[in-house]
Amino acid sequence: MVAVARSTRASRIGLLGLAILVAILASAPYWAGSSNMRLMGEIFAYIALASLWNLLAGYAGLVSVGQHAYVGLGGYVLFALAMFLGVHPLVAVGLAGVAAAIVAVPAAFLLFRLKGAYFAIGSWVLAEVALLLFARVSALGGGSGTSLPITVVRDIADGRSAREAVTYWTALLIVVVVVGGITLLLRSRLGLALTAIRDSEVASRSLGVRITRVKLAVYVAAAAGAGAVGALIFLTKLRISPDAAFSLSDWTALVIFITVIGGVGRIEGPLVGTAVFFLLRETLADYGALYLIALGVVAILIMLFAPRGLWGAFAARTGLEIFPLQRRVIAPRE
Amino acid sequence: MTFANAVLQGVLLGGLYGLFAAGLSLIFGVMRLVNIAHGDLIVLSAFLAFSVVDALGIHPLTSLLLVIPTMAVIGYVLQRVVLNRTLGRDILPPLLVTFGLSIVIQNALLEVYSADSRKLDAGALETASITLADGLSVGVLPLLMFGAAVAVVVGLQLVFYRTAMGRAFRAVSDDREIAEVMGLDPAKVYAAAMALSLAVVAIAGTFLAMRTYFDPASGPIRLIYGFEAVIIGGLGNLWGTLVGGIILGVAQTVGAQINPGWQLLAGHLVFLLVLAIRPQGLMPKMED
Repeated sequence: MVAVARSTRASRIGLLGLAILVAILASAPYWAGSSNMRLMGEIFAYIALASLWNLLAGYAGLVSVGQHAYVGLGGYVLFALAMFLGVHPLVAVGLAGVAAAIVAVPAAFLLFRLKGAYFAIGSWVLAEVALLLFARVSALGGGSGTSLPITVVRDIADGRSAREAVTYWTALLIVVVVVGGITLLLRSRLGLALTAIRDSEVASRSLGVRITRVKLAVYVAAAAGAGAVGALIFLTKLRISPDAAFSLSDWTALVIFITVIGGVGRIEGPLVGTAVFFLLRETLADYGALYLIALGVVAILIMLFAPRGLWGAFAARTGLEIFPLQRRVIAPRE
Repeated sequence: MTFANAVLQGVLLGGLYGLFAAGLSLIFGVMRLVNIAHGDLIVLSAFLAFSVVDALGIHPLTSLLLVIPTMAVIGYVLQRVVLNRTLGRDILPPLLVTFGLSIVIQNALLEVYSADSRKLDAGALETASITLADGLSVGVLPLLMFGAAVAVVVGLQLVFYRTAMGRAFRAVSDDREIAEVMGLDPAKVYAAAMALSLAVVAIAGTFLAMRTYFDPASGPIRLIYGFEAVIIGGLGNLWGTLVGGIILGVAQTVGAQINPGWQLLAGHLVFLLVLAIRPQGLMPKMED
């Protein structure tokens, strides 16, 4: 009997490994030091941002270079909710995602009028507008920014170590929700529609795929994710300013490099890319600008000579896939 | 009178934005490539002009004789060695490669020139002005800049419609395969177009350096201004691009007149307004 399956032995072992890894990571507050936990929190944030960008560019063909708009927006929404309305910071992380999703709808209305590369720069303009607008809100510190009041910080949890543990768990939860959510989304009807659009927009439209609606759904979901991650990033930093919140290089350029190096259009790509990025950063960080030059050159070379990225090249040779997305025909045994 | 003055200064500033945009528009027209490193290449030529003026002690305008050919050669080589490999159906490679290039250029400039702000000294040209009416005067330098923008657009139009090179540009733009069958080598035609684009970038960068302070991080916002001018004007129309630049310039100076903090925001808002009510731009010539 010929059967079609998605999971393979590699994916079963890989997913089991990932589940064990997540369980070990969840216990980190009991054994890891606070600087290591901060580093891991940052790694989680980058995995989430890169996965969301990958969903946009690699699966929906929406190459945005303006996702820092939603990261910054999320950060500012958290600060505003916590400072002015007394919302609990962890609740505000979720609400920041909701706020980003709400803003993404009219933004998409404008941006979807631009095609391809023009969409990219248009999204960047929106981020620029967001930066200029928030720099004018004097209640949030204007151009120089503001710090989270100590009463709000105490709200997160009692004591420094409890606070670090709670923000760490939130970061881990976000990355699991983002990566898991993207996997489920790509396995759903929406994922099928995305694959169809990627292969041929004309053919999928003729088969009844509502292209704009599918792309809008992905765009709004990616914005919501970026908003929540942004809120968490600035909850950890305890300080926000327009330049840090809407930083193109921190929240878009690095995220794009990570995804390109790891592999665009594969769920494993951003995970591999983030690992490579942090290895590079921890070894080359002392070289300042040279390190960004090196990262840019590596990304250019990969785009030119191995456009599927490190994981893509590896998967093409081995056929391995950890997140079961592809359907495979299982031939009957002789 | 202050309002009329703001509009006039905005029109002249628009000339500079038209210069930022012309090279971008040209490249998109010929090969559908949006060069994200465009702004950084403008700043690169500003630094190049700075070094030439510094080393030879010549006037910034004279430095153009060296900066223009240098940038044109950089453009030709860049296209032949890197960018031609990215062209194809997939929009991701050209976008990401030029994005990577943008970050590399910014940080390379930072390594070589440090983060200090610089400006080119244009001598007496900087303060010279012509009085049109009481309280209404124009600087000679902004006027020269605007004249250069008009000259560049006229020049590009002549190249496009009166020369063999321009015919090749239009041919590969219309249908790459047929152009190839007719004996054109698209790789070389694209390289020539990029060389021409960066020659315009050299002019834009040198004028930018005479007009205002710049540093290695000044590039991206110039790309955005150029891009906004292209979209406001309508794709594929060089005169439209200049008009788009002027609208952007006027929006900024009039916005600054109302409230200094609104200068940049007013420009972006006009762009978003055009996108909302007339997404094809004011004078479009091209589909896509």
